[in-house]
Amino acid sequence: MLGYILRRLFIAVPVLFGVTVINFIIMKMAPGNPVDMLVSPKLPEAARQAKMAELGLDDSAVSQYISWMKNLLFHGDLGYSMITFQPVTDMIMDRLGPTILIMGTSLILGLFIAIPIGILSATKQYTKLDYFFVTGSFLGISIPNFFLSLVLVYVFAIQLNWLPSSGMKDIGTTGSVWTVLLHMVLPVIVLVANVAGRNIRYVRSSMLEILGQDYLRTARAKGLKESRVVNKHAMRNALIPIVTIIGLEIPILFGGAVVIEQIFSWPGIGQLTLSSIMSRDYSTIMGLNLVAAFVVIAANILTDIVYAIVDPRIRKSYLGASKR
Amino acid sequence: MSLFKRYFNKKAYDAEKTVIWSEELPAPSKGLFLKRFKKHKLALFGFWFLVAVAICAIFAPLLAPYEQNEMSAQFSAAPSMEHWLGTDQVGRDVLSRLIYAARVSLMVGLFSIAIAAVIGTVLGLLAGYFGGIIDGIIMRITDVFMSFPYIIFILVVASIVGPGLTNIIIILGVLGWPSIARLVRGNVLALKQSDYVKASVALGYSTPRILFKHILPNTVAPILIYATSGVAGAILDEAALSFLGLGVQPPDASWGNMLSSAQSISILTDLPWLWIPAGLMILFTVLSVNYIGDALRDALDPRNTK
Amino acid sequence: MNKPLLVLANVKTYYPVKTGFMNLKTDYIKAVDDVSFELMAGETLGLVGESGCGKSTLGRTIIGLEPLTEGRILFNGNELNFKTERVSLSKQIQIVFQDPYSSLNPRQTVGKLLAEPLHVHKIVAKNEVETEVERLLELVGLPKTAKERYPHEFSGGQRQRIGIARALALRPKLIICDEPVSALDVSIQAQIMNLFKQLQQELGLTYLFIAHGLGAVKYISDRIAVMYAGKIVEIGSAEQIFTNPQHDYTKKLLNAYPVPDPRKRSIVVQQGQNDA
Repeated sequence: MLGYILRRLFIAVPVLFGVTVINFIIMKMAPGNPVDMLVSPKLPEAARQAKMAELGLDDSAVSQYISWMKNLLFHGDLGYSMITFQPVTDMIMDRLGPTILIMGTSLILGLFIAIPIGILSATKQYTKLDYFFVTGSFLGISIPNFFLSLVLVYVFAIQLNWLPSSGMKDIGTTGSVWTVLLHMVLPVIVLVANVAGRNIRYVRSSMLEILGQDYLRTARAKGLKESRVVNKHAMRNALIPIVTIIGLEIPILFGGAVVIEQIFSWPGIGQLTLSSIMSRDYSTIMGLNLVAAFVVIAANILTDIVYAIVDPRIRKSYLGASKR
Repeated sequence: MSLFKRYFNKKAYDAEKTVIWSEELPAPSKGLFLKRFKKHKLALFGFWFLVAVAICAIFAPLLAPYEQNEMSAQFSAAPSMEHWLGTDQVGRDVLSRLIYAARVSLMVGLFSIAIAAVIGTVLGLLAGYFGGIIDGIIMRITDVFMSFPYIIFILVVASIVGPGLTNIIIILGVLGWPSIARLVRGNVLALKQSDYVKASVALGYSTPRILFKHILPNTVAPILIYATSGVAGAILDEAALSFLGLGVQPPDASWGNMLSSAQSISILTDLPWLWIPAGLMILFTVLSVNYIGDALRDALDPRNTK
Repeated sequence: MNKPLLVLANVKTYYPVKTGFMNLKTDYIKAVDDVSFELMAGETLGLVGESGCGKSTLGRTIIGLEPLTEGRILFNGNELNFKTERVSLSKQIQIVFQDPYSSLNPRQTVGKLLAEPLHVHKIVAKNEVETEVERLLELVGLPKTAKERYPHEFSGGQRQRIGIARALALRPKLIICDEPVSALDVSIQAQIMNLFKQLQQELGLTYLFIAHGLGAVKYISDRIAVMYAGKIVEIGSAEQIFTNPQHDYTKKLLNAYPVPDPRKRSIVVQQGQNDA
């Protein structure tokens, strides 16, 4: 097991390295120069060059990459924003909390809704209830999240005026837990609709597959009550593949956060990403990409390891796979 | 006349028959796919909806009451007999823009997935069949690509190469291949172990023949199923990009950029005909594609014999 | 019958298994471990043993589907080299698989499936492919109408006939029969065995006939080899194996072979004697 974990971590190193390289290449391919955004176009060429040198932009791409990597590896430093001149690490850290707050809440709520409904839907396959849930799940995956956001704002914030539609707290206040919660409601509903929509059908089909297995037929043949068959025998095995959901959901949620945070002015990573992209703030974008990729890779590794612990067959097939 | 002679001497072929005949052939079974697909009522409905959208897209100049950028004297007018879905802030007919925008969504959906499927299939085939170093390199690249959150990656690239329909199609296509490559690779690995591929090796077939005539046709079903959900995803991604202002740029109409103006509270509140129809079109189109994908999954499942 | 068609000398097929910390250590699974025998032209050698003993691996090594780790395989006196001579060797050696469900490409009609090797290796002229396919179908007892059908439309026995026809398309001298009847119903098994026997008599084929138990090969084999844990423990004429087995494992296999009257069982193995 330890060997497996180490190997999994070992594989992640070149992947992370590849992420930084691709990241850097993309940034270098970008047209336009951040300096042009910072300085007045009337500035003499010499002053412009001086500004470039100050920001390290006149070095070769390779040496820029090496110095960027050095700072990252030895100081945990992602450089300075070319727009706000704040350290990128600090900017990201400031924004990480709000994003984790809505992402985490949505993931947990979404799974709390999807798992029981998926299981119920599978045990009542082809009933009206099943059709209702499956249709709901299709709606959840098909509705563009920005459209759902606009509809919710239109109904609950504008027409009914029940909930705030923008920011994390009311302007000019420090923001009590209650107001933050109120501000969270709409963005979280949108993300939960997506998470639940994607996963109801996943849980349902995973459960259906298990329900058709021979050992459950045996359990029924033994005369066990259907409820016991489902709760004791099927559920445990159906929940194993569900572990992988978390690893799959995190990158999708990260992406969703960009749109949602933009609409609801939620002060998180997504909003920072979009504003950095708009202002061509390369160093911030690179830092954000790296952090996002790191989170995704970490989530994947964690999922794989948990999966291997939970499911003894994976451990075996992993051993089997290395035979050749 | 012995079988041996008949085998090598075709003139004697129709001579007496001393063959151990097999039992009678079973009756042929046909049309199973259509029968299974038709069981999904919602998928059929989705299919006809998409046909309608496609007709709108193809014949947009004939069907749309106005040119997409034609401005009338009425600004922000509510729906009327003249303008069924009203007009926008500069007096353009919303219905006409909606019809023209169908072109964008369908083109993005189909072409970007076609690009992704070609790249993903070729790389997946190579990785799965040859294994070893080739597999290692391709799969590590796939890992790297899949480590970026998809939407953020697309946003970054879109901001760099610039907005526009062609660019969006290329970006979504070029960034969308990794999951298809993984899917194809997995299938190839399984098929490579199958006896019929081993039989092909034993029959002395060339590697390209085995790859493209024997392995590829048997991975088409899963690719098709995946591509269907990919079409839905691409339509949503384009809409999101255009909504954020990094996709199809005005004055060209796209359902996503039609919703974009609703980010302003006044338009959201006062001109609902501007954004609700566009949102519903995205929703129904994506829903239709997803229902079709679900029905395909069912109809193409080899385990399903009903 | 005096010149050996196939000679195996100290054939080994090993698979490396990575074990230990970070998979740095390499062990080997010895699937086929030092096997030698000769096969005469026109002869049938039955190869029996329990599942996992390496008999299928041996068959697949001979036809180049598994890598030869060590040793030599001679065909018609020439060393086999599948890397460079696959095309010409495919016309000499063919294989019939155990599972008639997975051994046929599900997306090819039977006609295409049989025409393909004829095209690829230009066995007959282009305009004669059609008649040759029909001839092959007749040879294995299938009607011409089978051409337009897909494999899933046939019964197991019929599919196995298609598999045999495909192996015959290239007019090989040696056919590796890799448990070709064990996936079939018993009544169909007999039909297919008869077909194999008839084809051999009339086409002068040589078989390496791999089977799970002795019962399946008794009827068709001239000689029988018994395999256990990657090695051949006994080889001899079919009669010799059945009447006077030498190795304990052979006796054990014989005891598993049902005889109509158990009291007439020729060999009685003492309890405990097998547990070598």
